[in-house]
Amino acid sequence: MSTDLTPGSPGNLPATTGTADGAGREQPLYPLAPHQLRLTDTDPRAAKRAERQVATMFGLSALLIVAFVVAYVMVQTDQYLDLGNIGKFQLSNVLLGLTFGGAVFLIGAGAIHWAKKLMADEEMVDYRHPAATDDETRASLLEDFNDGLAESGFAQRRMVRRTLIGALALFPVPLVVLLRDLGPLPGTSLRETIWKAGERIVTDVTLRPIRPSDIPVGGLVNASPGSLEEVQHAEGNMNERAKAVIILVRMTPEQIKSQQGEGWDYNGILAFSKICTHVGCPIALYQHVTHHLLCPCHQSTFDLSDSGNVVFGPANRRLPQLPITVDDAGYLVASSDFHEPVGPSFWERG
Amino acid sequence: MTRAPRRRHPFAGVAVLLVGLVATGTAFAAVNAGTSAQASGAVASQTQVEAGRQLYVEGCASCHGIAGEGTEEYPSLIGTGAAAVDFQMQTGKMPATSPGVQVIGKPRNYSDDEIAAIAAYVASLGAGPAIPTAAELDFAGADLSEGGTLFRTNCMQCHNFAGKGGALSDGAFAPSLMDVDSKIIWEAMLTGPQNMPIFSNETLPPESKQAILKWIDHLQNDKDPGGLALGSMGPVSEGVFVWIVGLGLVLAVTVWIGAKVR
Repeated sequence: MSTDLTPGSPGNLPATTGTADGAGREQPLYPLAPHQLRLTDTDPRAAKRAERQVATMFGLSALLIVAFVVAYVMVQTDQYLDLGNIGKFQLSNVLLGLTFGGAVFLIGAGAIHWAKKLMADEEMVDYRHPAATDDETRASLLEDFNDGLAESGFAQRRMVRRTLIGALALFPVPLVVLLRDLGPLPGTSLRETIWKAGERIVTDVTLRPIRPSDIPVGGLVNASPGSLEEVQHAEGNMNERAKAVIILVRMTPEQIKSQQGEGWDYNGILAFSKICTHVGCPIALYQHVTHHLLCPCHQSTFDLSDSGNVVFGPANRRLPQLPITVDDAGYLVASSDFHEPVGPSFWERG
Repeated sequence: MTRAPRRRHPFAGVAVLLVGLVATGTAFAAVNAGTSAQASGAVASQTQVEAGRQLYVEGCASCHGIAGEGTEEYPSLIGTGAAAVDFQMQTGKMPATSPGVQVIGKPRNYSDDEIAAIAAYVASLGAGPAIPTAAELDFAGADLSEGGTLFRTNCMQCHNFAGKGGALSDGAFAPSLMDVDSKIIWEAMLTGPQNMPIFSNETLPPESKQAILKWIDHLQNDKDPGGLALGSMGPVSEGVFVWIVGLGLVLAVTVWIGAKVR
């Protein structure tokens, strides 16, 4: 590579090397500072020292690999390293990580140190060459192509040509047809949940029906529809759960400033969708003094005493309220489905 | 006992001793019977209630009213029950140092006997949740896996999936559960202190609470086999770590590689 350099002046490039423009002037490419020799180029002791440093790094890396094997064999997985406030760590993992990571790092660091301090340090110019094929090769290729065209009879045998074009034109059709598997279209499923008039409200996980007296003022219940388990089992997925989960909260009737519908509470018990209207995180961070419900994902905050309106954060819509009442047996039930779609906005909702 | 001993009645010591004896006896009886003390105050003797009333008037009445009726700014204690008193005073949240968004726990100012007496007095004001018995708190037979599910459904949102606590709105926060006693957690679920909602025994029955306690006990004794938990906050703290420490290291090495050698 050093053949590109002017002999006798290593690394000292003429600052005006370049091509001539239309007017025949020499264009300066870039100014270059004069080459500076490194300490290791001039002082053999410095070079020797750098060599020792690089060798030390490589040697330490080898030692760390040995330490890795020793740690792997000797340290049991039930030994823990207690660092007080920082935490308790499995000693084995800490040692394996430190030794192996250190070994890899030292090989890299040694190589870089070697390259910077000891390997040849010369500036050079790598000239750019034209990338195009020469005219002769191009003409020959065109000739080959035309010969092939004539020999295949592609121009004369029109039936073959047309059927081939037809076949190739139809070839992508399966790719388009298969797009159907992205569906079916959601239909009304984004606007409806399995809540309906008379649907029992049960506690989530434990599936207990709830009497109004079970919820004290200030209470919170994570709840779901009574038929959810059945529906989930039949459909084999959790889509309905993702839409239908609710929270029940109770406040004194005087604390309720407004609701999404007249009499949608039951003696101060309010039911709201648990799905944030921003991007659909489940929310139950309910502060019963302020009646605020906070979404942990992006800090959208809803005031459940005031129609579930957004009081803070990126959510664009209020939290849908579920109208509730009690059935003949005295258990809480829904009076209807939600009156607006639950969860985040979607394309067709506008 | 250590705070303001001079202000006490000369017979307070005797009263406290009596209260202690009575409380220990009744607690033992309650544990032995294995029944939950449903009607609050049922296990409290009249002496204990009276001793509690005196302590109440001395230390609590200025905010909560002379008979627990509350004042304009501070809540009534009628019907809050013994469990609420035990929670608030065992954690040192009450008596509060200053009003604010959230009252912070501190080393408690009252002895077990004094707290039991005040709890008995407040329970006598109106029926409320009782202090859980040892039998109720025994979660040995509970289902750990169900406890995990219930924890993730009911508790995780505020207290973090690893029980490390988290932020709420307006400067309030859900505390870490790492060093909290089972009894305190039970009382918190039952009474809903400060901004925490109430998880009543009707909607979250004692078996479910026991399962949750078992899960929290599991979390408390869990170790981090992997490495730094970084507060178990998931992508928040891990992201900060990677962006600042990880990227910082990458930048430092890049600068080193590109630096001019002398």
